[in-house]
Amino acid sequence: MFKGILKEQTIQVGIGFVFIVVLLGTFILPEWMSNNFMYGLSRGLAVLGLMILWRTNLVSFGHALYYGFGAYAVAIAQKYLGVTDVFLRILIAIAAAGLLGFVLGFILRRYREIFFAMLSLAFSMVLYGLLAKAEFLGSTDGMSISPSTMFGFELGRFGLFYFIGFVVILSLIFAHAYLRSSLGHLTTAIMDNEIRVEYLGYSVEKAIHIKYVISACLAGGAGGLMAAALGQVDPDSMVLWSVSGELVFVTIMAGLGNILAPFVGAIFFEFIRTYAYEFAPQAWQMIIGGTLLAIIFFLPGGLWSLFQKINPFKKEKK
Amino acid sequence: MQFLITVLLDGLIYASYLFIVSLGLTITFGVMKILNVAHGGFFAWGAYLASISIIYLGDNEYNSFLYYFAIFLSAIIVGLFFGYIIEKFILRKMYNEDIHLIVLATFGLFWILEDLILHVFGVDPLMPYYPAMELGGIEVGGIFQGVYSLTLAGLAIIVAFICWYFLKKTKYGKVLQSVIFDREVSVSMGINVTKVYLITFIIGGMLGALGGAYIAPTISVSPGFAIDVVVMSFAVVVIGGMGSVPGALIGSLIVGLVRAFAVHQAPILELFIIYAIMAIVLIIKPEGLFAPPKPRKI
Repeated sequence: MFKGILKEQTIQVGIGFVFIVVLLGTFILPEWMSNNFMYGLSRGLAVLGLMILWRTNLVSFGHALYYGFGAYAVAIAQKYLGVTDVFLRILIAIAAAGLLGFVLGFILRRYREIFFAMLSLAFSMVLYGLLAKAEFLGSTDGMSISPSTMFGFELGRFGLFYFIGFVVILSLIFAHAYLRSSLGHLTTAIMDNEIRVEYLGYSVEKAIHIKYVISACLAGGAGGLMAAALGQVDPDSMVLWSVSGELVFVTIMAGLGNILAPFVGAIFFEFIRTYAYEFAPQAWQMIIGGTLLAIIFFLPGGLWSLFQKINPFKKEKK
Repeated sequence: MQFLITVLLDGLIYASYLFIVSLGLTITFGVMKILNVAHGGFFAWGAYLASISIIYLGDNEYNSFLYYFAIFLSAIIVGLFFGYIIEKFILRKMYNEDIHLIVLATFGLFWILEDLILHVFGVDPLMPYYPAMELGGIEVGGIFQGVYSLTLAGLAIIVAFICWYFLKKTKYGKVLQSVIFDREVSVSMGINVTKVYLITFIIGGMLGALGGAYIAPTISVSPGFAIDVVVMSFAVVVIGGMGSVPGALIGSLIVGLVRAFAVHQAPILELFIIYAIMAIVLIIKPEGLFAPPKPRKI
């Protein structure tokens, strides 16, 4: 599955991209700007998860469920088990979200189109309803996360940034390996015609289930990284339906063309938000909404289609 | 007994208000197959426009008729203005797109409408309580209850009746039903579907705005208060069946009563239980409790 993957151009460009972002963020840019890069890289993981789902034309309007679940798993592990090690944190976040995705996947894999979207929305709001009222988890105030450590030493902001870059590279490799495997190709076929895929002898539901769990793991990992980066988890900015809406928005803004697109899109989104909030605090939502409409109307392939037009290594695959 | 009456009253009032809002949403979905997130924007705009006009009229007992006039007029203006602009210039160009893209576009519109409110009406909360104060309160079975809130139930019944009459008894209602059933056949029968879509969207918007405008005197109207209403009316519409009018009625009754019971008995479950019902309905009967079954297209 992973054979020769490091020789693929997408992965090479992706690793280069992450290196540049991490170097820019840690050595060159001022802190407020590098924060945008850090949050963008982390949230990009969740967007990558959504993109993988979207390739089968399944759009989850409740992916904040896994995003928030991963983040809260980190918070709970810290509160009750005292876990602050960054490796353990990300593993806990991914495992928790993956397990939840695996269980819910049994139900969701039968749903398509708007029903899939609505059921994911319902599940995410169930979690929101629980978290917003659970006093031992800080209800709407959320919980604070202590700084991450690695092997007992405090990691610091730069260290965390490197770690995020490392996780992103691993996920890029994994996502690419998945998408180029026969299982990955299958899911695009499912979008075209499910019945034919069944006739070919594959189980559509199983393929979707696997895809769903991968997507949940990625979103959970994003939540775990975000919790560590922000030092804070709370239901309104992690689990509410508008967060899911934002993630879907970044997915469409980035475009579905390439596994790097989600990260570019997520960083771009963080910048729009910061700048819009800085220069027009009462109009930032309008600016984001306007961007969304503009992209849907004028750039249906997302930001990635802009890159493709000026791609220096133009070598059309497929 | 006291407890039961409280829950029933609270639940019915909340259900009536939800019904008016989600009726607009379900009609839009039924006819146009659009899940309109911007419905929350209509709701908020209705509430703000009504509040500002009531505050402008001032606390004056000779004005009571004008208050209601202002409420209905605000709903009509908001529905007409935004409904016309949004349908004609944005949604109309998207009907052939993926359904998820349309939802996203309305999500963007919701953001825009929310921020427009800040610019037009300012950030301070408005409290247009005069109509509610003027009607006072009465005792129902030992519970003190504002009369204004009770008129909400009356309004919901009137709206439901008008809607039923319109759909079942008039020619336009039949046209609408044929468009709901099959768009292409309706076009070939000579129905101007473009016009039907525009009018439907405007009426849906008006209903959303009416819900906001009518509830405004009983709450403090502040920025961002529509965000809960959107997803709550989604829950109602999904429970009842997307596009079904009796479904919206039953859905809002279920959500209203269950929520009232949870608020009084187990406040910790208030939000959880509503969405749990939504999830369970989707799992057991994805089309909703009242939507007719749809043949699977291959």
